[in-house]
Amino acid sequence: MAVYSTSDWKGGLKVMMDGDPYSIVENEHVKPGKGQAFNRVRMRNLKTGRILEKTFKSGDTLEGADIVEAEYQYMYNDGTFFHFMHPETFEQIAANPSAVGEGSKWLKENDNCNLLLWNGVPMAVTPQPHVILKVTRCDPGVKGDTARGGGDKPALLETGAEVRVPLFVNEGDSVRVDTRTGEYVSRA
Amino acid sequence: MMEPVPDWHPTATRDALVARAALLARTRAFMAERGVLEVEVPALSVAAAPDPHLASLAVVTTAGTRHLHTSPEYPLKRLLAAGFGDCYALGKVWREGEVGSRHQPEFTMLEWYRVGWDHRRLMAELAELIAALLAPRHALAAPEVVSYRDAFQARLGLDPLRADAGALAELCVARGAVGARDLERMALDRDGLLDLLCSHYVHPTLGAGRVTLLTDFPASQCALARIRPGHDGEPAVAERFEAFVGGVELANGYHELADAAEQRQRFERANRTRADRGLPTMPLDERLLAALAHGLPACAGVALGFDRVAMLALGAGTLDEVIAFPWTRA
Repeated sequence: MAVYSTSDWKGGLKVMMDGDPYSIVENEHVKPGKGQAFNRVRMRNLKTGRILEKTFKSGDTLEGADIVEAEYQYMYNDGTFFHFMHPETFEQIAANPSAVGEGSKWLKENDNCNLLLWNGVPMAVTPQPHVILKVTRCDPGVKGDTARGGGDKPALLETGAEVRVPLFVNEGDSVRVDTRTGEYVSRA
Repeated sequence: MMEPVPDWHPTATRDALVARAALLARTRAFMAERGVLEVEVPALSVAAAPDPHLASLAVVTTAGTRHLHTSPEYPLKRLLAAGFGDCYALGKVWREGEVGSRHQPEFTMLEWYRVGWDHRRLMAELAELIAALLAPRHALAAPEVVSYRDAFQARLGLDPLRADAGALAELCVARGAVGARDLERMALDRDGLLDLLCSHYVHPTLGAGRVTLLTDFPASQCALARIRPGHDGEPAVAERFEAFVGGVELANGYHELADAAEQRQRFERANRTRADRGLPTMPLDERLLAALAHGLPACAGVALGFDRVAMLALGAGTLDEVIAFPWTRA
């Protein structure tokens, strides 16, 4: 891997520090009129998602991190691992449940996801911002309710996720959900 | 897939460049009114500044390696030694590796010298020029002069001239500037620790609504300034100053060292520090040293970062807004 010096640390550059991969968020050169220059750096730990603020001596170096972001198709869960396939190379890859995390409840077979690979191993799986899922269970709406709304109710989706849906949504309907907020968007 | 079109647009608006041109004109008028002569000096020199914190850009020519100057200081001092009197240069200088919202590897510097003046008198003139350039957007209060020692002590409660490296390191960690482990990894010397503390806790507070002139630096940070011995057991200080407005450092100046032997020693010490840090050593400017040996008149000089002044004068947040094509689009 290439080695990068403070002046190369642009936003988005992926580097290794203390054994963890980081993404540079912001890098500000700080220099007294004469004398030692520093770089104040904001960087995101790609394993924990936490943002760190750190001061480096200008000219310090960090090794690049082998981080690749790519779109993969979700195939199935074997009970432990989540399996994905690259849509063009058909290369298959297995992700740890910890890499999928909360996102697992939005994963439907054949849907595309964004995978963050570190040294070829998925470390984060992000579903599409909007997914369309079938309602497998919900109570019928109270008679007289219309699309104009007036309350909501819980609905269980085909992936096991539970969302609040308007009263007019019925079992068997497909709904569009925002995976970032976990909220119902519309009937699909 | 289509190749993206390279971004050829300027980063500054036309209005910004009009304002910048007016600032350049005002600067030249200011100097002309005071009888300070504009001169042009070579940008490519066989010698380079050995200061370990400056990185000169080298240019390979058929006549050997030349260095783009990091300031016009050396040739201006040769003109002074030749008896040309007060003079200034306004033009581009280069410092490698310095990129940020307030740093450009290629930037515009105004540097001028006043014969027979000391740093105190030049500080007053500098503050006058800055105020003239920043008006009318910034109506600045009267400038203040603060010693490095007082500014540091007031904000950090430690005497920067006497505290040892251990106490400074402890302060860095206690204030949260860096973690103990990071500080160890940085391996800063005493001046490096002072720089870390100043750039984090002192500089950002200077120049609120006025020009603040920070002066009488630790003797170890004298660069090309005279050192004034302390009386009654007080530590010596360097007759050097920096100007700040709104926490932004705008200028650095000296009551100039005129002693050729001492200048050579400082250059050689700087080159030794470079060698210790694994940096290339720089060819010393023998022409400057010969001029100093011939005799530099007593004088004070200062270098002002023109782009930063323009940034403040226009109320811009970054240098890119006042430079047509910054480093990233050059």
